[in-house]
Amino acid sequence: MAVKIQIRDLNFFYGPAQALKSINMDIYENKITALIGPSGCGKTTLLRLMNRMSDLVPDTRVEGQVLIDGQDIFEKSVDVVNLRKKVGMVFQQPNPFPKTIFENVAYGPRMLGTNDKQALSKIVEESLKKAALWDEVKEMLNKSGMTLSGGQQQRLCIARVLAVNPQIILMDEPCSALDPISTLKIEELMMDLKKEYTVIIVTHNMQQAARVSDYTGFMLLGELVEYAVTREIFNVPKDKRCEDYITGRFG
Amino acid sequence: MKISPRVTHSIAWGVCWAAGLLSLAFLLVIIGYVFVNGIGSISWEFLTTNPQGGLKGEGGILSPLVGTLYLVALTLLIAVPLGVGAAIYLSEYAVNNWFTKMVRFGVESLAGIPSIVFGLFGFALFVIALGFNFSILSGSLTLACLCLPVIIRTCEEAIKAVPGTYREASYGLGATKWQTIMHVILPAAIPGIITAIILTVGRIVEETACLYVTMGGSSNMPTSVWSNSRTLSLHLYYLAMETTAVDKALATGVILILIIVVINFVTRWLSNRYVAMTRGGNR
Amino acid sequence: MSKISDSVLQPGCELRRVYDGFWRYAIYLFGAISFIILLLIALFIFREGYPAFQKIGIWQFISGLRWDVSDQAYGILPMIIGSTYVTIGALLISVPLGIFTAVFLTDVAPQMMRSIIRPAIELLVGIPSVVYGLVGMLMLVPIIRQSGHGSGDSVLAASIVLAVMVLPTIVSITEDSIIAVPNAYREGALSLGATRWQMIWHVVLPAAKSGIIASIVLGMGRAIGETMAMIMVIGNSIIIPDSIFSPARTLTGTLALELKYAAGLHWNALFATGVVLFVFILILNSFGFLMLRGKNK
Ligand SMILES: Nc1ncnc2c1ncn2[C@@H]1O[C@H](COP(=O)(O)OP(=O)(O)O)[C@@H](O)[C@H]1O
Ligand SMILES: [Mg+2]
Repeated sequence: MAVKIQIRDLNFFYGPAQALKSINMDIYENKITALIGPSGCGKTTLLRLMNRMSDLVPDTRVEGQVLIDGQDIFEKSVDVVNLRKKVGMVFQQPNPFPKTIFENVAYGPRMLGTNDKQALSKIVEESLKKAALWDEVKEMLNKSGMTLSGGQQQRLCIARVLAVNPQIILMDEPCSALDPISTLKIEELMMDLKKEYTVIIVTHNMQQAARVSDYTGFMLLGELVEYAVTREIFNVPKDKRCEDYITGRFG
Repeated sequence: MKISPRVTHSIAWGVCWAAGLLSLAFLLVIIGYVFVNGIGSISWEFLTTNPQGGLKGEGGILSPLVGTLYLVALTLLIAVPLGVGAAIYLSEYAVNNWFTKMVRFGVESLAGIPSIVFGLFGFALFVIALGFNFSILSGSLTLACLCLPVIIRTCEEAIKAVPGTYREASYGLGATKWQTIMHVILPAAIPGIITAIILTVGRIVEETACLYVTMGGSSNMPTSVWSNSRTLSLHLYYLAMETTAVDKALATGVILILIIVVINFVTRWLSNRYVAMTRGGNR
Repeated sequence: MSKISDSVLQPGCELRRVYDGFWRYAIYLFGAISFIILLLIALFIFREGYPAFQKIGIWQFISGLRWDVSDQAYGILPMIIGSTYVTIGALLISVPLGIFTAVFLTDVAPQMMRSIIRPAIELLVGIPSVVYGLVGMLMLVPIIRQSGHGSGDSVLAASIVLAVMVLPTIVSITEDSIIAVPNAYREGALSLGATRWQMIWHVVLPAAKSGIIASIVLGMGRAIGETMAMIMVIGNSIIIPDSIFSPARTLTGTLALELKYAAGLHWNALFATGVVLFVFILILNSFGFLMLRGKNK
């Protein structure tokens, strides 16, 4: 089984406050890896390091390495713009641009220099199909992305990421703002996506982690306390704190 | 004898009411006076003939109206790109360092400088040194300097109001910073920027002192940006000070107030809609 | 699947990256533009004004009592006094009125009155200064004249016109700083049995003090800078006014009235007047903004 991302002794600081403490983790290709843990434990921080969205926060510091396909992404020679093309991100709140559905999906390719209308149409259709949204919106591609329901908006955001042809997709609590039916749709979609992509999802919802993920990491206070195959974590957790959290006896 | 707190309270409340009503009365008196005495002189002819330049203020306000339009267009053309650029710097690029402090100092100081000092500067630089003479161009350049702080401040607020999630989404898709600004941030800030522009139009229409010494004041119909010309406000001043046509000065005042009322109304309406829109968008 | 490592290493020289780099620097230039203009203004008026300081002497220029172009005598004290009188007169009227109006808006007025007065005050800001001057000239000046105090063109007329013009500045900044006073202060005072007015007078207004001072300072800046409306109602005689009914002339008025026809030392003296105004306003406004900043801390 191929390792896609290797995290080595990773520390991260917001100013003086340490948010991640020597994280070591191997993330496997074409699998879904879930990150769970109580709020504030550093899940989002870890996820955003993987495509260097962390650069956008001023006054922060990274120590250690994140290797993708063996390449340390914090090296000077790495270009963040290219990196983010390859490592896409879906956010907690669906955040479509105030543009049409078509333009939302076409945004990435356009920014990369594709302006040919036909090529764009093709990318938009494929991406929306992969995101299981095509049938619902194919008649209204010129409507604003804001007019869709929350679940549709989130799938639009996924389609938008797929359109730039990434290899890794990071999802930060992608269902926390959605109703149960929309949540199920996105979960089904993730199972599909892992055939082509490496998916990492942060979730608050233990059942969701158990349902969709192949591997699960449990974090606490900036540390990766336990990391294993999902079935093991949920059935035979080794760490007491992890067991407490999973069985809901935490805090 | 000591007055009880209740009595003091009642007196103070009365004073506050009086102050509020007096402030309102000022506006009503000014507008009322101008309208009552000026509206009678407004006619189609007044709007469509040029001032004749006589001591009795013969003629209408067509050329000052056209001069105002020229000035508004040219000033916006110069000041808006500069102002939006500076606002982009302050909202997207600024870090807390000496350069940003310098930029802020520049904006704040420029905002307080009296119009006539801009006039001195414009006269020395544009009219004389650069040889643009008394012209719409000299007036516009001077006025652009004067309006810059207003544009920068309002545009900065408009840009800062764009939700951070748009930025994240765009960067997350591999867009560069400039692409994010041009394709996501500015389009989302457009209503705020339009508000800034309309506010600036108001400023341009009301301004007199710096134009008095840079635009020349000719009552002829302007033919290009090099023309010596006057705005409505300047025209009012000339009528009041150099002619006996008090009624026409008042009529010009009516037109000016109407323009300002419309501008106020439109900015209010736009910014209300804008607030509603950004709230609705976060649903 | 292809490796990421290859593609993330070369930034490539796509056009969009060139743009990004170019605009990063260009935007800094745009940012600096206000400062550059400020420097240019300073440069130009200092350069043109300097010969006057040199020939006349800074102190003689500022304290000189005579401004007589035909005699090449340039002293701006009468104008400094004129500007000062009008400004003080205007503030004497607009500060109390403005503060009470602000309290009226935040604490006293029913919602309906508020929704009338706020837009009314916004509208006052937008009305061109020549309209104020015109109304002052046609309405106020005759009233003063009929009361038997000279021509009517006077410090008093100018002060009243100016008071109305700076009123919005004072009301809006004061109102903002009153609103910014934490509610806990108000509740604390009321729970001790104070009347609402005692609360405002002893707690709210002192807490809003720096904002109110800032509003006065910024209003003062506006008052000193006003030009055309002053010319229209003050008479413009170069004398030291001896009463509020006496005509006078302001610094700004001199600039507007004489600039277009000036040459030689006269020209330099006008720019030197500009220098005095520029420096004074810069100090005043810096002080005002410091007060506003202090409030936010
Ligand atoms: N922008 C930031 N600046 C400073 N501290 C932050 C920032 N974002 C998160 N943190 C801190 O880092 C820690 C981890 O936060 P986060 O990664 O958001 O946790 P999670 O996603 O697991 O809830 C928290 O203590 C949080 O307060
Ligand atoms: Mg989080």
